[in-house]
Amino acid sequence: MSVLRPAVTMVVGFTLLLGIAAPAVFTQVAGAIMPAQAGGSLIERNGQVVGSALIGQNFTGDRYFHPRPSATSGADPQDSSKTVDAPYNAAASAASQRGPTSQVLIDAVKERVAAAGLTPVPVDAVTASGSGLDPDISPENAARQVARVAQARNLPVDRVRALLTANTTAPVLWLLGAARVNVLRLNLALDDAR
Amino acid sequence: MTIVGWAQIALVLAIIVAAAVPLGRYIAAVARGRVTWLGAMETLFYRAGGIDPARGQDWKGYGLSMLAANAAGFVLLFAVLRLQGMLPLNPLGLDGMSSWLAFNTAVSFVTNTNWQAYSGEVAASYLSQMAGLAVQNFLSASTGIALALAVSRAFARGGVKELGNFWADFTRVTLYVLLPLTLVLGTAFVALGIPQTFASYVTATTLEGAEQVIPLGPAAFQIAIKHLGTNGGGFFGVNSLHPFEGPDAIATALQIWGQAIIPFALCLTFGRIVGDIRQGRALLAVMIGFVVLATAAIYAAEAAGNPLLTALGVDPAMGNMEGKDLRFGLPLVALFTATTTGASCGAVNAMFDSFTPLGGLIPMFLIQLGEVLPGGVGSGLYGMLVFALLAVFVAGLMVGRTPEYLGKKVQAREIKLAMLAVLILPTTILGFTAVSLVLPAAVSSIQDGGPHGLSEMLYAYTSAAGNNGSAFGGLTSDTPWMNVTLGIAMLLGRFAYVVPVLAIAGSLAAKAKAPESAGTFPTHGPLFAGLLAGVILILGGLQFLPSLTLGPIAEHFVMLAGKTF
Repeated sequence: MSVLRPAVTMVVGFTLLLGIAAPAVFTQVAGAIMPAQAGGSLIERNGQVVGSALIGQNFTGDRYFHPRPSATSGADPQDSSKTVDAPYNAAASAASQRGPTSQVLIDAVKERVAAAGLTPVPVDAVTASGSGLDPDISPENAARQVARVAQARNLPVDRVRALLTANTTAPVLWLLGAARVNVLRLNLALDDAR
Repeated sequence: MTIVGWAQIALVLAIIVAAAVPLGRYIAAVARGRVTWLGAMETLFYRAGGIDPARGQDWKGYGLSMLAANAAGFVLLFAVLRLQGMLPLNPLGLDGMSSWLAFNTAVSFVTNTNWQAYSGEVAASYLSQMAGLAVQNFLSASTGIALALAVSRAFARGGVKELGNFWADFTRVTLYVLLPLTLVLGTAFVALGIPQTFASYVTATTLEGAEQVIPLGPAAFQIAIKHLGTNGGGFFGVNSLHPFEGPDAIATALQIWGQAIIPFALCLTFGRIVGDIRQGRALLAVMIGFVVLATAAIYAAEAAGNPLLTALGVDPAMGNMEGKDLRFGLPLVALFTATTTGASCGAVNAMFDSFTPLGGLIPMFLIQLGEVLPGGVGSGLYGMLVFALLAVFVAGLMVGRTPEYLGKKVQAREIKLAMLAVLILPTTILGFTAVSLVLPAAVSSIQDGGPHGLSEMLYAYTSAAGNNGSAFGGLTSDTPWMNVTLGIAMLLGRFAYVVPVLAIAGSLAAKAKAPESAGTFPTHGPLFAGLLAGVILILGGLQFLPSLTLGPIAEHFVMLAGKTF
């Protein structure tokens, strides 16, 4: 048939061009001129990768600022056919996908509000992020954690507050996006503070 | 809602419109074969395929070529997804997809839908992403744009049979429009932090001593075309919400730009092809009007927050944040959502399933209005032209004259075909949803109880038939029933729609182009724009308001009454 030859030629030809050649060259060039970003913005300490500046990770100890709730899950170590809650599992990004009238959502938030202390609680502290890997918390959420972290580390509250301020990112051009605090960067700064 | 929020929305929209003007002119030049800076490569494709780019095709020849190219793309993609376990560039050793899932995914990417029943970092190898899925991101987009060019030409002159050469349009659009734009946007994405590497996933040891596996991949290039081609299929599972897919507010703004720029520009290309730029501007104005209204509605609904959470002691100041990341802010989430569902893109930077009921209603309704506001690349323009024909028909009925659009008499044959086209969407959406709501095998896919569960199912078929690809993600979609029926819905929404549209184009192209007279209804002014908007809204509203009432609208009142499920 007369359309068969052009159809196959086009699909194969464009697969070679757009699916192999162009991205291969693009990857080489991007890796050469922007190796850090192209490689995932990884952060190293003492030669070891501790995370990515862009990917949130879980912190549970009092010595660190805590991230937002995360709905990611992972394989159950006891039974690999099942999944269990695994917050900040970066290998499988996920949201809760719970609707606004879901009892599961309401129960989860109720529990988090109770654990958070004084109300009203900043909403980002008690709701699961969309990616399950949100690297940021709101400045309001972070401010509520300052006293706990300062006490656990025996640091003056003002010192922790200064580190928080230094690690708060304003909206881009003071316009686009929201003010936020990168939890991993702030916690690294805390570890560096003596 | 705040002034700063609206300033963000206005800024991004202004940059899109400013860029649409030169791009519209450039695409018109590409359509005329006047752009030749990759001439050697272009000629190579024609030689290898035995194609004479100057030979015109009638609507049947054009349509047949389009179907053949898409069928070949489907076969290759299906094979790659099934066989990825045996192919190279698979550092994690992932297995091939099941045949149901590979069918659904291949249909999804060939039809420019990019519904994803799989999660990128868990189920697709680097080769499948790059040489399978991303290639169809390009080719399904070129298909849509080529079709829009062919339909536009039907209005340009009188008494012609030919609509252009599909292979020439397809090759030129890919080489001269999509590839350069992808390289530029992809470079910006790498600079902002989107990975582009063949290295395998990295294991990090966190400060608290836990292990975290960080996924990587050749993502930036694919994410650039995912937006420019209004495809929307994420490299990573949670799409543009993933910190590697949407690293900050600039990246999300650029993605909004990417998914709206070509649909906007094509209106102006249409104006140039028909020789009257005002005609294109009128269509564009209607699209922008709807985008602004939808953005405002989503922004207001999400900024109000969830009253059920406020009652628990949650501060509503930041709005509804379940299913959202912090870095984009609500205004850009609202604009992204309006453009991704209006434009048939389907990428998301927030989870619609966790939106407030009215916030979730808007994206669903935008798809149900026909994916023309501004619609997918190409498909938005030819869909809008179908509505334009219906609008002049309605105007003709009111004054008792034979309707005309751009000098072409619109008669019974065209209106019948136009109605056939616009009925495919409601038939497919409501038909499949109704069956799935009574079939146990389908009902078990629903996650949430109450009206929200109905919304999840309705949204799935809406998204598939509208070739959008976004989802109320709580629904379990990787089941044989959902994979097959959603695949059929995507095929109907794309190809069953485009055949009558091409037939209309063929019929109109053959007609003489009547000169404008005193009795001609002008189709470039506010009166026509208002009429067109009314036709779109009334058709979509009449068809879908009953089902929306049972889903999101019922849920809204149930939520206000404090009831949960």
